[in-house]
Amino acid sequence: MTLTPPATAEAAAARVEPAAVDTIEGRSPWQLAFVRLRHDRVAVGSSAVICLIVLLAVLAPVVAHLLGHGPNQQFRTTGLSAEGIPVGPGSTFLFGTDDLGRDVLVRVLYGARISLLVGVVASGLAVVLGVIIGLAAGYFSGAVDTVLSRFMDVVLSLPYLIFAIALVSLLGPSLMVSVAVIAFFSWASVGRIVRGQVLSIKEKEFVEAARSVGAGHLRIMFVDILPNVLAPTIVYATMLIPLSIVFESTLSFLGIGVLPPTATWGNMLSESIAYYRVAWWFVAFPGLALLITTMAFNLLGDCVRDAFDPRGNRLFVAVED
Amino acid sequence: MSLLEVEDLQVSFSTPDGILRAVRGMSFSVEQGETLGIVGESGSGKSVSTQSIVGLTEGARVSGQARFEGRDLLTMGDRGLRRIRGAEIGMIFQDPLSSLHPHYRVGWQIVEMIRAHEPVSKKQARLRAIELLGLVGIPAPESRVHDYPHQFSGGMRQRAMIAMALALNPKLLIADEPTTALDVTVQAQIITLIKRLQQEFGTAVIMITHDLGVIADIADRVVVMYAGKPMEYADKRTLYHQPHHPYTEGLIGSLPQTGGRGRPLKSIPGMPPSMVQVPRGCAFHPRCGYVMDRCLDAEPPIREVHGGIDHRSACWLPPEAVGRRTDDSALAAQSARRHGGDAVIEPASAAQESTPA
Amino acid sequence: MTRQVAGEPASQVVAEPLLQLTDVVKHFPLRSSGMLAGKREYLRAVDGVSLEVRRGETLGLVGETGCGKSTLARCITRLYELTSGTVSFGSADISRLSARRLRPYRRKMQMVFQDPYGSLNPRRRVGSIIADPFAANGLAKGAERKRKVQELMELVGLNPEHYNRFPAEFSGGQRQRIGLARALALRPEVVVCDEPVSALDVSIQAQIINLLAELQDKLGLTYIFIAHDLSVVRHASDRIAVMYLGRIVEIADTEDLFTRPRHPYTKALLSAAPTPDPDLVNDAERIVLTGEVPSPVRPPSGCRFHPRCPRAQSRCHVEDPVLESKNIDEGDRAVACHFPLADGESMMPELKEPS
Repeated sequence: MTLTPPATAEAAAARVEPAAVDTIEGRSPWQLAFVRLRHDRVAVGSSAVICLIVLLAVLAPVVAHLLGHGPNQQFRTTGLSAEGIPVGPGSTFLFGTDDLGRDVLVRVLYGARISLLVGVVASGLAVVLGVIIGLAAGYFSGAVDTVLSRFMDVVLSLPYLIFAIALVSLLGPSLMVSVAVIAFFSWASVGRIVRGQVLSIKEKEFVEAARSVGAGHLRIMFVDILPNVLAPTIVYATMLIPLSIVFESTLSFLGIGVLPPTATWGNMLSESIAYYRVAWWFVAFPGLALLITTMAFNLLGDCVRDAFDPRGNRLFVAVED
Repeated sequence: MSLLEVEDLQVSFSTPDGILRAVRGMSFSVEQGETLGIVGESGSGKSVSTQSIVGLTEGARVSGQARFEGRDLLTMGDRGLRRIRGAEIGMIFQDPLSSLHPHYRVGWQIVEMIRAHEPVSKKQARLRAIELLGLVGIPAPESRVHDYPHQFSGGMRQRAMIAMALALNPKLLIADEPTTALDVTVQAQIITLIKRLQQEFGTAVIMITHDLGVIADIADRVVVMYAGKPMEYADKRTLYHQPHHPYTEGLIGSLPQTGGRGRPLKSIPGMPPSMVQVPRGCAFHPRCGYVMDRCLDAEPPIREVHGGIDHRSACWLPPEAVGRRTDDSALAAQSARRHGGDAVIEPASAAQESTPA
Repeated sequence: MTRQVAGEPASQVVAEPLLQLTDVVKHFPLRSSGMLAGKREYLRAVDGVSLEVRRGETLGLVGETGCGKSTLARCITRLYELTSGTVSFGSADISRLSARRLRPYRRKMQMVFQDPYGSLNPRRRVGSIIADPFAANGLAKGAERKRKVQELMELVGLNPEHYNRFPAEFSGGQRQRIGLARALALRPEVVVCDEPVSALDVSIQAQIINLLAELQDKLGLTYIFIAHDLSVVRHASDRIAVMYLGRIVEIADTEDLFTRPRHPYTKALLSAAPTPDPDLVNDAERIVLTGEVPSPVRPPSGCRFHPRCPRAQSRCHVEDPVLESKNIDEGDRAVACHFPLADGESMMPELKEPS
């Protein structure tokens, strides 16, 4: 390539314009966020902790089998002292026992199953509900928006504990009811976030462009707008999981969640408060489990938000590969 | 001594993608009362070079020299710069909303600005503010002085910014794309205003713009920037009629000309380079129609060329090769010949046709 | 209905109206200010525009911020519902059609947007953005769709292999090419270009303008070209309509308009435009308009330009001029002014109002 006459240079340049980047396939914003997450030590650490908790929850029956301690099995002779006080951590009971002589370790692991299940399922329900309603409210402004927004306001302003107690006393406490109650009181905040995002995104020219090529409402909502509100939603969902876990524990603690003798962290904490002076392990391990789990999710949520933060994206200089 | 003399200015930023070399050796000087135009496209470093001189580029590595009346602005530190900024060097920007504080009245901002530099009473400063607003053509300045920036239209805000920039009668006014966000009729008002004030107060002006029309209107001398470097220095007539650098030629050719309807514009192919990975050799070579072998690895120095007085260009084309765009056929013949041949440049036919000013 | 646009050579273009706008009005309701439940106010973005667009031509639409040119573009493409008036495509009135019945016309009228960053969905791959028109209309599935998209990319000068990239990986000029490919996917007859080059650098601007011209020749397109840069409009358009405060004040062939403007506003606008030639800059001839464009919420009475017009007479304060051809004109042009400028006449009023 020595000399190029201007006329052909121009014609050729139209085709060779993208001089800087030479990858054929671009990395999606999701992939970029994932790459950033992978390089974030906190994100990797908290994900590892979450994975470990999930693994332990899944393997809870195996651990119970290996130890030979069922979750609701009471060891009145080995698990309680002569005065009926729980036994502290030792070789038989690694985390000690509770007031009924049950193995705290096994119960914490079984509790993790309930907590994670409720946390994930309730948050998932809340997100799906919130996204759909928020999307509809933001996209169809006017009457639809007014009705849906007011409804969200009402849900958000309900004193949720009182309502939860009332609902549970009406329906009777159970796992399903807990999930439903948590989802019901969580979706509205998701809906509000989504609505706000949609309001700003639907003013973008690409939405106009979609309309001008003849795209219908559903296509615009789900193909053009939804992917753009998903990032903040995912961040919020990650934060919602620990909230739901705490919510479930609260319900259980108050005795309106999952009923004893099923092991949940809330139930265990509730049972342990009378014993915190004589049996610290009884409070400490379920409390610690709750703390570590929520912390891990919250930290991960922070990292996910950082990974999606457009500031890392703004400077488009194509040097990757 | 020139009012402002900038020599070998280098500005770089560190980004996640590497070192971004926004300005890679910029030199220029501004004389008392003249208007220097700096033209370039987005990312050419034209704004960064003046911002770094007055200390407005945070987190940048700046080197070189910038002597304002003999004092080096780059080494004097923040306190000294603050005294000079506003008082001796006034500045106006593209977006006046970002430089006017939205929560304070326009008049108050001008008053504060005056009082920060001069020991005058509030009342005096206020009278001065009203006078200035009147001077820049804001109707009923006595009442508008109490308005907030959002109550002003775009053109009025730019006028208010000019009033503020001129409040302390600076010797130099840096105007960074002051009319880009404005409509043509308002743009004409603002340019006329800047010219009038310049005549009245003898202020030197650095006009930074991408718009060659604005340059043709207001500048005396022009620097063309590309990829963080000056490509060509010339007075504006020489620049328009006898450009030497192919980039200048391309820029002027890209403009729709009167009577050129239906004919394709002579666009510059390709796009400006990433400032993280500037091409080797001449930074313009990937887009240049005259590219030769030596352009690929040897960066051309700024040298005198034969267009006019103090006409300099950073291009390996022979110094006589100015004003090519006036004759397309000569250009075509020239490039066709070169295409077949090699990097040896004989004095081109276009050079003989060009008439030194 | 199934006219093969692509096959038609540009030379056979005849001046038949393809689009006809009659008294198009678009008012945006404003939020009623304060507690006083007074009369609801409207922003009169477009306030009675009639014009025709001929097959194969480029009609330029110029005016300053807030003159309603972009709103008018969106009324034509039915992105906005009209407040009143009609838009006809060929012989069909499309201004009141339901979304479903509008679809066949949507395919014939496409739009290119101003903002190369905002007009492409950042979360979708370029191939899928360009394929949007096919997907939205259920056309060309699977491999065929991909092939068509790649053809379009080639047509606008993009590397078809970059099908799977994201908009963020393209420069402003390339993004405008992507937007253009999307607009051309359904082989439209009319393309409304809303400031297609004003966000681009000068050297890139020229590339896009050339591309638009090339595509017009190749595909026999009709353009409505909106811009505020007069030299760009002059280069690109066959005819030009000048808008001021929601109205067309003058419409004429490009050269007529530039060499012999009739409306004082046109003349002022032309004289204010910066000339990129230092020898042609002439301050004496520059008409610097005083004041700024009034609010389109309460436009001035009579002629909307009268508060800024150096030629305004008392008649202009009360009587709204209609857009019509004046007897000083031979050709096909119209102006909305009581006292239009004659050839080469200066702006200052010499004639006194006939009593």
